[in-house]
Amino acid sequence: MLKLSINGQTTDIDAEEDTPLLWVLRDTVGLTGTKFGCGVAACGACTVHVDGEAVRSCVVPVSDVIGSEITTIEGLSPDGLDPVQVAWIEEQVPQCGYCQSGMIMAVSSLLRDNPSPTDADIDDAITNICRCGTYPRIRKAIHLAAKLRAEA
Amino acid sequence: MAKFKFSRRKFLIAGGLVGGGLAIGFGFKEDTPDAAAFAETMEDGEYVLNAWVKIAKSGKITVAVPHSEMGQGIYTALSMLVAEELEVDVAAVTPEQAPIAPVYANFTAIMDSLPFSDGHHKGEATIGAWGMRKVANLLGVQVTGGSTSVRNSWESMQKAGAMAREMLIAAAAQLWQVSPGECRAEQGHIVHPASGKRASYADLVESAADMEPPTDVTLKAASLRKVIGTSPKRQDIPDKVTGKAGFGLDATLYNRDLLYAAVKLCPVFGGTVRSWDEDAIRTMPGVRKVVSVGTGVAVVADSFWRAKKAVDALPVTFDEGDNANLSSEGIFQQYRESLQQEEGRSYVDDGDTNAALAKAGSVLSATYQVPFLAHACMEPMNCTAFVGENEVEVSIPNQAPTLMAWFAEKTADVDAENVTVHTPYLGGGFGRRAEIDLVVMAVTIAKETNGAPVKLIWTRENDIQHDMYRPAALAEFKAVLGADGKAETWLNRVASPSVTRSFTERMLPWAGADMPDNTTAEGAADIPYQFPNKLMEHVPVRTPVPVGYWRSVGHSYNAFFTECFMDEMAHAAGTDPVDFRLAHLEGQSDFTAVLKKLAAASGWGQPLPAGRARGIALHESFGSIVGQVAEISVDADKTLTVHKVTCVVDCGTVVNPDTVRAQMESGIVFGLSAAFYGEITIENGRVQQSNFPDYDMVRLANCPEIEVHIAASGRPLGGIGEPGTPPIAPAVANALFAATGERVRSLPLTKHGFSV
Repeated sequence: MLKLSINGQTTDIDAEEDTPLLWVLRDTVGLTGTKFGCGVAACGACTVHVDGEAVRSCVVPVSDVIGSEITTIEGLSPDGLDPVQVAWIEEQVPQCGYCQSGMIMAVSSLLRDNPSPTDADIDDAITNICRCGTYPRIRKAIHLAAKLRAEA
Repeated sequence: MAKFKFSRRKFLIAGGLVGGGLAIGFGFKEDTPDAAAFAETMEDGEYVLNAWVKIAKSGKITVAVPHSEMGQGIYTALSMLVAEELEVDVAAVTPEQAPIAPVYANFTAIMDSLPFSDGHHKGEATIGAWGMRKVANLLGVQVTGGSTSVRNSWESMQKAGAMAREMLIAAAAQLWQVSPGECRAEQGHIVHPASGKRASYADLVESAADMEPPTDVTLKAASLRKVIGTSPKRQDIPDKVTGKAGFGLDATLYNRDLLYAAVKLCPVFGGTVRSWDEDAIRTMPGVRKVVSVGTGVAVVADSFWRAKKAVDALPVTFDEGDNANLSSEGIFQQYRESLQQEEGRSYVDDGDTNAALAKAGSVLSATYQVPFLAHACMEPMNCTAFVGENEVEVSIPNQAPTLMAWFAEKTADVDAENVTVHTPYLGGGFGRRAEIDLVVMAVTIAKETNGAPVKLIWTRENDIQHDMYRPAALAEFKAVLGADGKAETWLNRVASPSVTRSFTERMLPWAGADMPDNTTAEGAADIPYQFPNKLMEHVPVRTPVPVGYWRSVGHSYNAFFTECFMDEMAHAAGTDPVDFRLAHLEGQSDFTAVLKKLAAASGWGQPLPAGRARGIALHESFGSIVGQVAEISVDADKTLTVHKVTCVVDCGTVVNPDTVRAQMESGIVFGLSAAFYGEITIENGRVQQSNFPDYDMVRLANCPEIEVHIAASGRPLGGIGEPGTPPIAPAVANALFAATGERVRSLPLTKHGFSV
């Protein structure tokens, strides 16, 4: 049994040590907000926070995160009203929505490190794929989220 | 169980009159009790007023949406249509996936896609179209595709709202002993202004359900609309920012002890599995079973990761079949030979093109080519299946629930009435999710697991290498310019496989035939430009590569071909590309209006910063006209930057302007990924690409600014899911020519040394 701390709760996990964190979250813990997109850390759909840093959980062996605090989209905010989530609704970002958990987790990590990112900062930091092409709205929503955070 | 008093006879009369001659949606399979399937979804306190609307005593209003939500905003758009006539806010309406029933069939999609429904052959008036309409009635297939959802449900959803409203009014009038004509609906209530009486839908619905459904409802005049034409916030978005939204991959089928399956498929098209060594993985943790799926083998385990590790470790021998020597080069050679040697099927033949070409002094000619493309939906392909005693239940993100039901039934070998299909949110569809391969494979596996439900998940590598691809296509053009600088003669011959034939053969192997197919000629036969001699022919090519519907289908390449060649002709004539197009748009006022608006909005002809250039394209697809201008720059090292795309769309009546803008943005980015990077190549019968690192996508850093203008017009309602895609590749390629003088006649652009 492996002990993981996920969204502030300690959970016992029955999985091999090389199991990617993504599949532990989805299939073992039942937190399905984190998505499988590519399995090779190329698309970012599986982005979660490990000790506050955005990581692509499809390539992180679960053994690497024992003792770390893991945050998924379900644990980002108690009421679903993190400034990034509010901005995402305000700008009507999601279409199919499948990539957006990962986008939101990547962006909330960016804003913690860089509360007021420039467009160039955004281009460098947010490399997740959205097949619906919501990028123009994502960019607007990131700037709005930065503003909401600053006002809060 | 709440009572359901909607008699079949009554509804058929209502349906017949309400649907009128158009027969859109309202029960064209005339022996089917229309609202019965929706009635089965009723919970305590709920009342079904018709096949689309149920209202609970709690006040909750639920709308049955017969289309899949794959990002296009259809749950919200169709809720808006009902809300308009029901006199409630959209926020008061809860969309729900409609059950499978003929009443929800997508008539528009069937008519648009099948052979003989061909609009280019005078469409609806032909005997072929009439025949297809009859077949469509019998089939009653629910499908989301062809940018048809709003067009298909436009009338039925509004009428459903109006019928429900009239029944609520009748109930109130009876209660108050007044004439229904003295009552009206407002904000979820029926009011009687003369007496000041007022009652909520919640309070009236029980008796409303007993009222005679009206047979002749009149829809609001456009000037009175309060909902249609506004941009309320989408109903699916709150759950999509918290991780709560349920996609196919998240299905549990009631949390029954779920097993997982991963597959290893023969890499060669048409190959099959010959043998495998189960002993090699028998002791791996969690492994339950190995099952042949014909084209490959599945390992079933108690978690997906365990199943995947085991299937990766499983030694498998394949029979590669007849296609192990297939290559992209060989396929294109076949295309070239077919185009040169074979007679094509003519879709347009005005004047005498061949005679004009024979006597012309100077002929402008060019050959264009595009590769196969994968869909690469963000949500990898998956299906969760349960097979019990004479029972099958599947949860699958899909665009055609009726087809899923048919093939679940056939594969499980159960009675039709014991088939259940759930359609959760789709993590992208783009045409890929109309295919039946996942449902057949998942049910095949679930038959072997003794009643345990199985979630089959394809990896991204499975997805890229086992898709039904956008066809590769080859086109040749010959044109003659007259002394006035206008084109007198236009010949366009296109070689490609038929998507409709390939799709049909996958379902009914005996049914594939060489027939006219809209998807091969769309965007080439129906261009708006007027030429005295105009010949468009398609040469069907057969290849073992399965081809499927890919966002905008034939338009996706025919727009690139025709709009780039128009640009070539404009330059050959020494005419500005906008002026050249306008000169060939006599009598096409809708196109002219879009083009002029686009030229103004994009600053066409105005000075640009040094190093920038513009390119333009104009294309109609799925009933909507879209024009785009790409503003680009190219560095000395061939780094291409698309700075801005200006887009003008005329889709006729607009239901939700923000959704129209979102779909234009989406279509542009989708088309741009294909134009920049998209290429599936085949070697030794195998797809060479496997995942995003070698099948890349546009990301934030190289996504242009996109400005969308909606050009209001009196055109009939057009689609919006696909029409944004076709013009972007030619707009960028034409801008590249303007910037560099290099005429790119094949995609993707990165293959020409450009980096993006």
